[in-house]
Amino acid sequence: MDKPFAITLDPGSSLANHTGSWRTTRPTYVDHLPPCNQGCPTGENIQAWLYHAESGQYEAAWRALVRDNPMPAVTGRVCYHPCESACNRARLDSAVSIHAVERFLGDEAIAKGWQFEARRAPSGKRVLVVGAGPSGLAAAYHLARLGHQVEIREAGPMAGGMMRFGIPKYRLPREVLDAEIHRIEQLGVTLKLNTKVDHLLKARDEGRFDAAFVAVGAHVSKRAWLPAGEAARIMDALSVLRSVELGEKPLLGRRVLVYGGGNTAIDVARTARRLGAEEAVIIYRRTRDRMPAHDSEVQEALDEGVMFRWLSTIKMGADAGSREQFTIEKMMLDDTGFPQPTGEFEQIEADSLVLALGQDVDLTLLDDVPGLQLKDGVVGVGPNMMTACPGIFAGGDMVPAERTVTVALGHGKKAARHIDAWLRGEVPAVADKHPVAQFEHLNTWYYTDAPRSVQPELERVRRESTFDEVVSGLNADTALFEARRCLSCGNCFECDNCYGVCPDNAVIKLGPGKRFRINLDYCKGCGLCAAECPCGAINMVPEAI
Amino acid sequence: MSFQSVRFYQTGTYTVGNRLLDEAQRTVQATVARANSLTSGHRACQGCGEALGARYAMDAAMHATERQMVVVNATGCLEVFSTPYPETSWQVPWMHSLFGNAPAVATGVAAALRVKGRRNVRVVAQGGDGGTTDIGFGCLSGMFERNDDVLYICYDNEAYMNTGVQRSSATPAAAHTATTPAMGTAPGNEFGQGKFLPEIAMAHRIPYVATASVADLRDLEAKVEEAIHLRGARYIHVLVPCPLGWGAASHDTIRLARLATESGLFPIFEARNGEVSDARTIRHRVPVDEFLRLQKRFVHLFEPKLDTARIAQIQAHADRNIKRYALLP
Repeated sequence: MDKPFAITLDPGSSLANHTGSWRTTRPTYVDHLPPCNQGCPTGENIQAWLYHAESGQYEAAWRALVRDNPMPAVTGRVCYHPCESACNRARLDSAVSIHAVERFLGDEAIAKGWQFEARRAPSGKRVLVVGAGPSGLAAAYHLARLGHQVEIREAGPMAGGMMRFGIPKYRLPREVLDAEIHRIEQLGVTLKLNTKVDHLLKARDEGRFDAAFVAVGAHVSKRAWLPAGEAARIMDALSVLRSVELGEKPLLGRRVLVYGGGNTAIDVARTARRLGAEEAVIIYRRTRDRMPAHDSEVQEALDEGVMFRWLSTIKMGADAGSREQFTIEKMMLDDTGFPQPTGEFEQIEADSLVLALGQDVDLTLLDDVPGLQLKDGVVGVGPNMMTACPGIFAGGDMVPAERTVTVALGHGKKAARHIDAWLRGEVPAVADKHPVAQFEHLNTWYYTDAPRSVQPELERVRRESTFDEVVSGLNADTALFEARRCLSCGNCFECDNCYGVCPDNAVIKLGPGKRFRINLDYCKGCGLCAAECPCGAINMVPEAI
Repeated sequence: MSFQSVRFYQTGTYTVGNRLLDEAQRTVQATVARANSLTSGHRACQGCGEALGARYAMDAAMHATERQMVVVNATGCLEVFSTPYPETSWQVPWMHSLFGNAPAVATGVAAALRVKGRRNVRVVAQGGDGGTTDIGFGCLSGMFERNDDVLYICYDNEAYMNTGVQRSSATPAAAHTATTPAMGTAPGNEFGQGKFLPEIAMAHRIPYVATASVADLRDLEAKVEEAIHLRGARYIHVLVPCPLGWGAASHDTIRLARLATESGLFPIFEARNGEVSDARTIRHRVPVDEFLRLQKRFVHLFEPKLDTARIAQIQAHADRNIKRYALLP
C-alpha cells in the first residue's frame, strides 16, 4: 500500500477506451475522377500531372502527361481543352488554364531534350500504321512503348497530317511540331514519307505485319457544284492551307470570300489576311452562336479584322454571277434552328472564293479489305477501334467521331492498347472508372483566391502581316502559379486537414506521398475529416451494424 | 496578424499543412511529432470542438515550451470527459482542483516554480466558459490584476454542457438552453445580458489578450506561441462549437466556428496592454442566419415563422463587432 491517501487505483491512459465502438459511419479515403480527366479525349490524368507541376517537378509532370499524350506542346496550343470547360474551378473564379501549363511542359521538354522511354521489352511483333497524322503518330508511340516494332507509311512529303496541312503555323509553329514528331521517331519508330499505301491487306502481307492501324484522315474537300471556267478563282480551303505550307503563295487577291463555318474556314480567312488580302469575309448560313468553329478562334479572327456575314449562302450554279461578282442569298433560321432561304439576293464583289465545307475520306486503300462497315463515308469500328476485319484497326478523322487533333491522339492511344492486347491474345484490363468529383463535394473555403493567368498575345499589326505565333506561352513563374490553382478535385493532395481536425486523434499520417489512414479503434465517426477535406477525398460510409 | 499568411500556394496557409510550404511554415498539428496532449480514448462527444481546441492549444504550448509546462484545469466538460478516475487522456503534467479555483491554483503553481527557480517551466490554466466567466471569474480577475505569470485559456462553447446545457454568462442572446427555454414572448436567452470576457480581460490592462477559434488553426497556434513567451497574466478566449449543446451536426463543428467569425458574431483579435493591436479580417462575409440556421438552439428564430426582428438584432450585434474591431479588409 504505497499509494497516496484515498488513492486505490493505478493511473491509466484513456487509450484503453476504444471509442471506435461509438461509430455508425466510417470515413473512407477515396479517389474520385476529376472532371478534367473525364473530359480529356486522350484520357490524360491531368490532376496527377498538375500535382507534380505544383511542386515545380516539371519533368515528373511531363512524364505523367506523356503516358497518355505524346504531343503536349501541340495539344497545349491547338486542343480546344474540354478539360477546362469541365473544370470545377470555373464555378469558383475561372477554370485552371490547363492548356497553358500543358504547353509550358511540352515546350520545356523540347528545350531540355527529354526523351521517351520504352515501357516493355521487345515483343517481336510488327505493326503497320498508315498515315502520319496525330492518330497514327500516337498509335505508333504507344505501340513502340509497349515493345512492338512500328512502321508508319505516309503518302505526303512531311509527317503531321492535319496538324501540318490543316492548322496554320501562327497557331502551331512548325519547329514545335517537328520536335514532337522527331521524339516519337527516336523511340525507334520507322517513318516512311511519300509512301502511299494503295492496298492495305497487300501492304500488310508483303511487309509481314501482324496488325495494321489505318488513320489516313479526311483530306478530300467537299465541293459544291461550280460553273465551268470559274475554277481559277474558286478554291478549296485545304488546298490553300496546303500550298501555304509548301511555300507557295496562292493568288487570293484583295478581297477574299470564305464559305463555311468551321475552324478551317476561320483558319483560311486568317491565313488570307496574312497573305495580304485587305478583306477576308466569312460567309456562314447560320449565326455566330451556332457556328461549329471554336469561339476563341472566332474572337481572334475578329481581332485580326476578319469580317463575317451571318445567315448567308453563296448561290452556286450557272448564274452564280459574272466576273468578280458572287451572289449571296440571305437566310433565316426556322423554328428548329435550321437555315431556310429567303429568296433575297445580293451581289458581292470579290477576287476569290474559298470553300471550307468539310472534308471526306479517301477510302480506296481499303478496297481489298473484306466486310468493312462503311457509313456516311467513314469506317465503322468497335469500342476497341477494330474494324470488322480482324487485326485491322482504324482511327482519327476516318472513323465516326469529332474531328480534332486531340480526339485523334486519343484514338491512337486507345487503338494501341487494343492492338497490344490483340497481339498478345489478351483482353485488355479496363479499370472501373471512379465516380466523378462533383463541385458540391469540395470544401472550397480552403483554396486561395487566385485569378487565372493570361497568356500574352501578339499585337494586331504583326498578326495581319506575319505567320508568327499569335498566343505566347506562360513563363516558369506563371505556369507554376497556374498549376497551383488546381483544386485536386477528388484526390488527396496531403494538406493534413484530416490529420489536424480530428478531435480524437484518430487519423494516422503515413508520411510524404503515403497519405493517411483512419485509426478505427478510436474514430467516433463524427465526419469532421470528410467535411473539412478541401478536395472531397473522404467519404462517410455507414457501418454495417 | 500573428502569422504571415501565405497565398498562391493552392491552399496557402488555410489548411493544416501544405506540402508546398517549407517545414517551418507548417503547423504544429501537421507534424507527426505533435505532443497529442489530449490523446485518443477520451469521452467527448463526436465532433467535440472543445477537445479539438484543447489539443490545438496544448500541443502548441508544449511545442513552444519544449514540453516544460504545467497545466491546471478547471472543472467542466474538458475535465470530465478527459479524466474519469483513474484514467486520463492528458499527456501533459496536469492538475485539477475545484470548479472555480483554477486561476488561483495556477497562481500558486507559478509562485512555487518561482521560489524553486524553475523559470523555464511555464504555467497554463484552462477551463470552459462556465468555469471561467461565471464560477472562476473572481479568481481570474484577481490573477489578472496581480499580473500573475499564467496563461489562461478559455474554451467557450457558450453554456454548461456536461451538466445538461444550462445557460452561462457566455450564452448568446436568443439561444435555447435547459434554463432559457424557447417559449413565451421572448424565447431563448435574454437580449442585453451576458458578458464578453476578452473585453473585461483587456480592462485589466494585462500584457496579452486574444481571441481565436477552431476554424483557424494557424491563428490559434500563433497566438498560443506568442502568449507563452510573454511574462505576466495572459488570456486567450477560443470559440469551440458544441454539437450537443448547439444542436448541430457533429461534422459541422469547424464550419460553425468559421461562420461565427466570417459573420462577425465572434471577432478574432489581439490586444496588448489593454489596447486592440490586431484583428483578423473577414474573408467571405456571410449574414448571421447562415450561422444560426445550422443550430437547433436557434430553430425558434426560423420556425414556425421567421423571427426577422430578433435575427436583425443578432445581425446588428455582428455589425457592431465588425465596426468596433475593423473586421472588413
